[in-house]
Amino acid sequence: MDNQKVIVVDELTKRFEDFIAVDRISFEVSKGEIFGFLGANGAGKTTAMRMLCGLSIPSSGKASVAGFDVFHQTEAIKKSIGYMSQKFSLYEDLTIKENIRFYGGIYGLSKTQIIDKTKYLVEHLHLQKHENSLVKSIPLGWKQKLAFSVAIVHDPAIVFLDEPTGGVDPIARREFWELIYDASERGITVFVTTHYMDEAEYCNRVSIMVDGKIEALDTPKQLKHRFESGSMDEVFLKLARKAVRGE
Amino acid sequence: MAKFNLNKMSGVVVENIGKKYLVGKSELVALKGISFEVTKGELFGIVGPDGAGKTSLFRVLTTLLLAETGRAWVDGLDTVKDYKEIRKRVGYMPGKFSLYQDLTVEENLDFFATIFNTSIEENYDLIKDIYQQIEPFKKRRAGKLSGGMKQKLALCCALIHKPTVLFLDEPTTGVDAVSRKEFWDMLQRLKQQGITILVSTPYMDEAALCDRVALMQNGRILAIDRPENINKSFAHPLWAVQSENMLGLHKTLKQWDAVASCYSFGEYYHIVMKNDDSSMDSIQNYLHDKEYQQILVKKIDANIEDCFMDLMNNANG
Repeated sequence: MDNQKVIVVDELTKRFEDFIAVDRISFEVSKGEIFGFLGANGAGKTTAMRMLCGLSIPSSGKASVAGFDVFHQTEAIKKSIGYMSQKFSLYEDLTIKENIRFYGGIYGLSKTQIIDKTKYLVEHLHLQKHENSLVKSIPLGWKQKLAFSVAIVHDPAIVFLDEPTGGVDPIARREFWELIYDASERGITVFVTTHYMDEAEYCNRVSIMVDGKIEALDTPKQLKHRFESGSMDEVFLKLARKAVRGE
Repeated sequence: MAKFNLNKMSGVVVENIGKKYLVGKSELVALKGISFEVTKGELFGIVGPDGAGKTSLFRVLTTLLLAETGRAWVDGLDTVKDYKEIRKRVGYMPGKFSLYQDLTVEENLDFFATIFNTSIEENYDLIKDIYQQIEPFKKRRAGKLSGGMKQKLALCCALIHKPTVLFLDEPTTGVDAVSRKEFWDMLQRLKQQGITILVSTPYMDEAALCDRVALMQNGRILAIDRPENINKSFAHPLWAVQSENMLGLHKTLKQWDAVASCYSFGEYYHIVMKNDDSSMDSIQNYLHDKEYQQILVKKIDANIEDCFMDLMNNANG
């Protein structure tokens, strides 16, 4: 991780009529950092994430993602990021190889780049024997790894992961985090939300949103120290219980 | 077979239930001949990842799906022969929100009460505790509720006819840690009312909140017992390890040939050594020689997730 800031957020706010979904949040994320973005349902995480991905224009404040402005350069942002959610965007009726080729094409990779990338990913994920299998026929854990791999097929500056590990078995969940560490070592910044509090411990830094505001932001170690808690689960409960608004 | 059926204490009996689906041209085996019994009044958890077979099992028990093999009884009634009677007695909250989005909170509840020939007033005591939390929004359409409120309404609708057995299919999936805690508190209070509860979940930590659990994976049951007994059954000494450089430590532990398994658990790695007699000193010394700082090694008790992964490896290996 170096000091180059790839996400800079300053007093970013989103209002829907009278409702302030995201209330003047400010933070910075460094290149290669694994940044955990936590909060209870309805705290404003999704709205904040949509602004950072260039999908929703903020009401006020400032933010840049991969050096691009979230008000005026949303198309440039979309090209510089990857996104993966629990609802994988893979095409079930295409094979593993076809999905990689499709996403490579979408992200503007050349033919040779796609061929190289396909070979690399299939080997890296140990899917050589299954590269021509339809995605709908492969286990959930594999789908998840494939979905992550196609989300970063264009080597984006940042990848946004929205609850990426929901529902998978505990071994697949841990293997998935190994892919996250690989990406981070290659300099890709990882911005991740999760409901698994043990996963919060795997992040370099964690922010916790309550009622649209960032109530705490630090390394897991510092957060536990500050809130006199033995685990991130306790830290989260202490903060999230203060929430007044529902979802 | 009859011995189960005659047991008056059984809330649910499952015997050799098997189910497969056709996906394109290939067969997907959802349930591979599973058997278990749930005692009346028990809070029974079915814990496993997506694809374990939890939903198929619930659909068989709620008479919505026919199994290919085996038999099952709910409240002493056969799931095939007595399906009509079972439907009157059980409450079922599917994983997918299935209430009427265009009806209000109150209308949904009234609708379910009416089709079960009862009224909200008649069984109000049972749902009071939960319903009061959503009552301020009773004129709101169900489709406009937040996830947590939808979940509470669905639970009220599943309870309104005072079921003897309640089936909850992944009620806490996608729900944050605070709401999950609240939901389990509600289940503990319902249990006090004598209702048999079967609840499925992909969250391993929720197993500890059940009287007994079945750990499921790939259509099989890996273990059934009280959660504390499952934890005690972990066959090897387990160590929690930590140092200042966790990423490096992971690689070192994975490459160390004396280590049988190494998994991350929050701020620690949980490791099992190939030799059960390995001492704490031997682990510490090895890591010390590899120049790690602030090394912490401690012997710990296994939790459900440790056990689940161990059972998975045994089942797959």
